Amino acid sequence: MQDDVILRISNLSKSFGPVKALRGIDFELRKGEIHAIAGENGAGKSTLMNVIDGILQPESGQIVLDGKPVKISSPTMAQQLGIGFVHQEIALCPDVSVAENIFMAKTNTSRSWLMDYNKLERDAVDVFRQLSDIDPSILVKNLSISNQQLVEIAKALTLDCRILILDEPTAALTETEAQTLFGIMRKLADQGISIIYISHRMVEIFDNCDRVSVFRDGQHIVTQNVAEIQPSDVVNAMVGRVIDNLYPEKQVASSDGVILKVSNLTEATRFRDVSFNLKKGEILGIAGLIGAGRSEIVKGICQLEGDVTGDVWLNGEKLNLRNYRDSIAKGMVYLSEDRKGDGVFLDLPIAANVSALKLEQVANGVGLIQSAMEDTQAATLGRKLNLKCGSLSDPVSSLSGGNQQKVALAKMLSVNPRLIFLDEPTRGVDVGAKSEIHRILRDQANEGVGIVVISSELPELIGVCDRVLVVREGRISGQVTGDEMTEENIMHLASVMDAQASVA
Amino acid sequence: MDNTVNLAQAGATDSTPFLMRLFRMRETGLIVIILALFLIMSFASPYFLTWANMRAMSMAFAVDGLLVIGMTILLISGGIDLSVGSVTALAMVIAGWLFLSGIDPWVASAMAIALCTAIGAFMGFFVTRVGLHHFIVSLAIMVIARGACLLFTGGRPLGLYTLPPEFKFIGQGSIGPIPIVIIIFLVFVIAFDFMLRRTTMFRKVFYTGSNEKAAAYSGIRTKKVIFLTTTLCSTLCGIAGIIYMARFGSAQPTFGLGLELTIIAAAVIGGASLNGGSGSILGAILGVILLSLVSSSLALLDVSVYWQDIIRGSILLVAVTIDHYLNKRRG
Repeated sequence: MQDDVILRISNLSKSFGPVKALRGIDFELRKGEIHAIAGENGAGKSTLMNVIDGILQPESGQIVLDGKPVKISSPTMAQQLGIGFVHQEIALCPDVSVAENIFMAKTNTSRSWLMDYNKLERDAVDVFRQLSDIDPSILVKNLSISNQQLVEIAKALTLDCRILILDEPTAALTETEAQTLFGIMRKLADQGISIIYISHRMVEIFDNCDRVSVFRDGQHIVTQNVAEIQPSDVVNAMVGRVIDNLYPEKQVASSDGVILKVSNLTEATRFRDVSFNLKKGEILGIAGLIGAGRSEIVKGICQLEGDVTGDVWLNGEKLNLRNYRDSIAKGMVYLSEDRKGDGVFLDLPIAANVSALKLEQVANGVGLIQSAMEDTQAATLGRKLNLKCGSLSDPVSSLSGGNQQKVALAKMLSVNPRLIFLDEPTRGVDVGAKSEIHRILRDQANEGVGIVVISSELPELIGVCDRVLVVREGRISGQVTGDEMTEENIMHLASVMDAQASVA
Repeated sequence: MDNTVNLAQAGATDSTPFLMRLFRMRETGLIVIILALFLIMSFASPYFLTWANMRAMSMAFAVDGLLVIGMTILLISGGIDLSVGSVTALAMVIAGWLFLSGIDPWVASAMAIALCTAIGAFMGFFVTRVGLHHFIVSLAIMVIARGACLLFTGGRPLGLYTLPPEFKFIGQGSIGPIPIVIIIFLVFVIAFDFMLRRTTMFRKVFYTGSNEKAAAYSGIRTKKVIFLTTTLCSTLCGIAGIIYMARFGSAQPTFGLGLELTIIAAAVIGGASLNGGSGSILGAILGVILLSLVSSSLALLDVSVYWQDIIRGSILLVAVTIDHYLNKRRG
């Protein structure tokens, strides 16, 4: 058993200023295993990985690789030791071929004067033989996100790595793509490569990993064989308290009042003949594969993008919106799926973020912003959403993912909306905040606000929504309610056994 | 990851005390540097602390101050304008040329300012509608406007000796001991600083520069914002050009060569980010004052003109480097 262990970390600590990010961590990685690491944001997962990759230096503790104590002083050294790290953010050169990206490190240290492109491509084909059939001469920018992820993995593999760290690699992948990735991970593990797999998603951990370690507040809580532990135990270990009810209660009784009615909504290329209703008190989900047109439909309804035809009624009033401003004025708002990209202003203060949708609300008659009003608004909504922050004048970038999302949500609520479209409302949000956000959505629905949730996480849709519409190739392919809301039914409607899903 | 760590910290200490915040503000640092330089120069040169020198120095940065206001706002919205020097010169040349053709100087000035506004709108069109980068568009306009200056004047300064005294008063007169130029400058600074801090109109400039997409997703017409900040910057160039004309009593086609770099440097020293989303008028003005103070100090100390550029460039580099590290520590 001892010989199995390739990496052993003992009593490792790391602080940032007064804050202890890692406190006496012990961790063991065996040869050829897929080892999941779970923990909320801030639990110390990334810090530990950065220590293993030589990006950060620990204050104390020992790292033993293959029975020999090592000091990993830089990512380059980590590479030499056979440690490959695939970061969550893809860091490839988009204007350069796949082959060149994969062998960038080799090119960097090469002594020859001229580039041998043919050899690069031949070598790349060899690497990809075990992964996927990507053409190595293609430019990276022309690849799908999932294939770019594979290129990142291939890049790590070319460095003869024995330990591969994958940081939430499936965050941007569709279900099918993720399955392909898991297949590849298993193949690599069978070849004796040890994989550290960081993920939030219990299903992935339990379906694909051998062992799981849970971290919380910079401490190692537990390591178990996946077969010997329940998902709920992992979740409880992550949050440090028992979450007995992951999702809020569903709608009690159905009502007759219709908040939103959409009829024959069509856009030139992205969706056609979309018709549906949203009833009062109901949370409506929209499911579908990435690229099916889910986000496009709701963005079309509130005139954020696209040239849309068709009719929309809000609370019985037929809308004639020219742009998104009109939509906001009518009380129809959209929470973006890409929080950092277009959801919040990262370097602006929290209060200025919350007020952004309707500045008139915190200004006097002549357009002067009253900072007292702005602060009160942010404080009131912040309290309602249980926002944890220092000062309201701190930039949003100082907050954790979950709290950033609460700021984005507060921005929506600031205009007293009548209907909120939420696109991936809990992406990159830890378990605790996630269930708070779900609770808020249910409260809003109970208060009569229309709630439409788009999510790629089927358990979330099933747990939160009263009814789920499924979109496939720009059309609504069906809907499920009550007991019919199962992952199988939704996936079936989303893909309907067509070949399109299997082509990566 | 690190963010949450900071959050725990921030949660413990509720809000930073006023003095600490004051200390951390960039404006405070700049004021300290300016005062120190002031003190040193008072000892180093007997001519420094004289009324004449003070007046000359403040006149020197006052008009540039208008340009830096426009540049700062444009930088905050995420743009940049390399044409400020040439457009300022063009305003001067056009107004002078029209005046010499027999048009009333006030009307000629208004027309020149209108032309500059049109140039700004033209650049704004290329940036927002065509989708070109500010840098390239304004680089082209910089060259075109300079060419136009030379074309209208044949490359020689236009002597405007017949300008009526009430017009020259803008540039040369004073009310009591205070030059008109300084009064205009103060009015603009106070007005724009206030507006930038307080109005919803200018808040949208911050939103747009901080994250254009998030601003669009908040219903803000970001293209319009960028169009307007681009135009405003050129309008202020027009106004500055007219004041310079009144002050010099002539229109110089080669005026303001390299001025754009001083203006951008001042805005950046004062805290404007080249990535948009941050900056303040007060800071930028302090940046102009600092650069201008350095120039006149070097001149008073008889430092060769050739050395002056090297020193000013180094100051920019040092200031921005210090700020970069301060930001890192704060972040």
